[in-house]
Amino acid sequence: MIVNRSEAIIGRIVLVLVLILTLIPLANMASAALQPAGENPVGLTWPSDPQWGNFVEAFQTGHVVELMTSSAFIVLGVVPISLLFGTLAGYALGNLRVPGARFLLIFFLVGLTIPFEALMIPLYYEMQGFGLLNTQWAVILPLIGLYMPFSVVWMRAHFVNMPRELSEAARVDGATTLQEFRRIQIPLAVPPLSALAILLFLWTWNQFLLPVVLISDPLKRTVAGSLTYFQGQYSTSIPLLNAGALIIIAPAIIVFLIFQRQFIKALLQGAVKG
Amino acid sequence: MTTSNRSASSLVDASASALRATATDDSSAVARPSRRGAGGSKAWWAARRGWLFVIPALVAYIMFVVYPLFLGVQYSFYKWNGVGPAEFIGVANYLRVFTDPDLLASIGNAFILIAFFTIIPVSSGLMLATLIRSIKPGPFSSASQAILFLPQIIPLAAAGIAWSWMYAQTGAVNQILTLFGLGGITRPWLGDFQTALPAVGLIGSWVLTGLCTVLFLTGISKIDSALFEAARLDGAGWFREFISVTVPGVRQEIAVLTTITIIAALSSFDIIYTTTLGGPGRSTLVPGISIYRIGFTQSDVGLASAFGIVLMILVLACVLPIQRLSRERD
Repeated sequence: MIVNRSEAIIGRIVLVLVLILTLIPLANMASAALQPAGENPVGLTWPSDPQWGNFVEAFQTGHVVELMTSSAFIVLGVVPISLLFGTLAGYALGNLRVPGARFLLIFFLVGLTIPFEALMIPLYYEMQGFGLLNTQWAVILPLIGLYMPFSVVWMRAHFVNMPRELSEAARVDGATTLQEFRRIQIPLAVPPLSALAILLFLWTWNQFLLPVVLISDPLKRTVAGSLTYFQGQYSTSIPLLNAGALIIIAPAIIVFLIFQRQFIKALLQGAVKG
Repeated sequence: MTTSNRSASSLVDASASALRATATDDSSAVARPSRRGAGGSKAWWAARRGWLFVIPALVAYIMFVVYPLFLGVQYSFYKWNGVGPAEFIGVANYLRVFTDPDLLASIGNAFILIAFFTIIPVSSGLMLATLIRSIKPGPFSSASQAILFLPQIIPLAAAGIAWSWMYAQTGAVNQILTLFGLGGITRPWLGDFQTALPAVGLIGSWVLTGLCTVLFLTGISKIDSALFEAARLDGAGWFREFISVTVPGVRQEIAVLTTITIIAALSSFDIIYTTTLGGPGRSTLVPGISIYRIGFTQSDVGLASAFGIVLMILVLACVLPIQRLSRERD
């Protein structure tokens, strides 16, 4: 690739500027979180006397353990089931080519563009009818349904590319559909499955609208949904609000930094497919 | 991932591949009668047993997406406060959506947000990707990718909290402005009728620019580098190369990013909820917040449902033409 020296230098400068712009709001949270809790901090200031105690206080008064447990419960309720259902249907639509597969796929595709906002009112009354309002199930069950179009389309895209000879060979060896699915197809589907798992985890963990609407007790929501509780709780103390918010978003950031490459890959593919 | 995943990139693309899949189904269907003659109803059942695999997904989807959608359509024709008796009022709720100044304002604001959620991130992401594509893969490059992605990892609600503090009277934005001698224009940006909507919009730009940049980077890296070299050898400058090689090469990425960012703009909720809740006045009111307020605070379930349906149609009306355009040019 031919690139002028000056272009390369401009590129680096611009990139560094953008990186700084991206980081400022987060650094600003950290700097505010370390100021004395009783004072109103001013802008981006170096914490000359860092108050690490703010994090301890926010951790204790913010019921962080309870919140994380609730979030983890919701994630565990949503992600494995969505993966299972999505894979089964994706396999049937992509590989088994069941009669009516085309109609079914279009039926699922329609669901991809429905904004959650359009469904929040009816979902509220549906959950009320089930007697599940204000429980974590009021978020878990709808999310499984709402993620289903994406999960099915995602997994189908994988299975539709698997060579048919593979299943034919399995059949010749006497494998049933279920055996072929478990022994041959699933092991080969691990990369798209793990990318889907990452996306579903992140979307569930960061889900805000449904928990806010369907669960009135903030301690039973996802961490994202509980941020409104922090805003109410710490409306008078900017340092504690920021400390609490940082604690809340830390787990996702840590997981992201560990599985950086997989996350970026999954998110890019997710964007392209969404 | 695989190439077909990329080709199944968008709604219409994927439905096109669905059509292709059926085409092969049909051809096998032609061959089926002869096979059925041999295998009898056993083969017929084998083909349909695949349905069992689809049923769980179908049930979840119908119960929590399709059924609520029908419920929403039904509610939208009634006047109902959520507890008492409901009264059928025809399309009156829809008429209110298009005449009530608050609701019209929220639709208008959503379209203004497209400038900040779509136009700014997509165009600056493309420029940035062009500028930094020359940076060699290495620790610096992967660290910057990770940083550009951070806003995607944190909840939008947290971005809202971080930025409401940035925009506060004593916040970093005013501090930086004063530093550059612009102390005269400092203000509480989210509390000002004039600046609240652009301020909220810029949060969206902050969240989405990184995603656009990284996606464009991967798009540009797929363009045959011979094209760039040919352009340079022909004496094309930076701009010419950008217009003639880069932009056509990332057409698909542009379509995809425009689609997802427009959906994000029209259905924004989290950021507004944690920053302004639609205020001051109705200056940052968006459809999501309006539906929430009407449905749960004012308990007008019919009107809120009608607005939800209108929002869904708006999103479809914006997204489908983009899909069609990007396909036609392929």
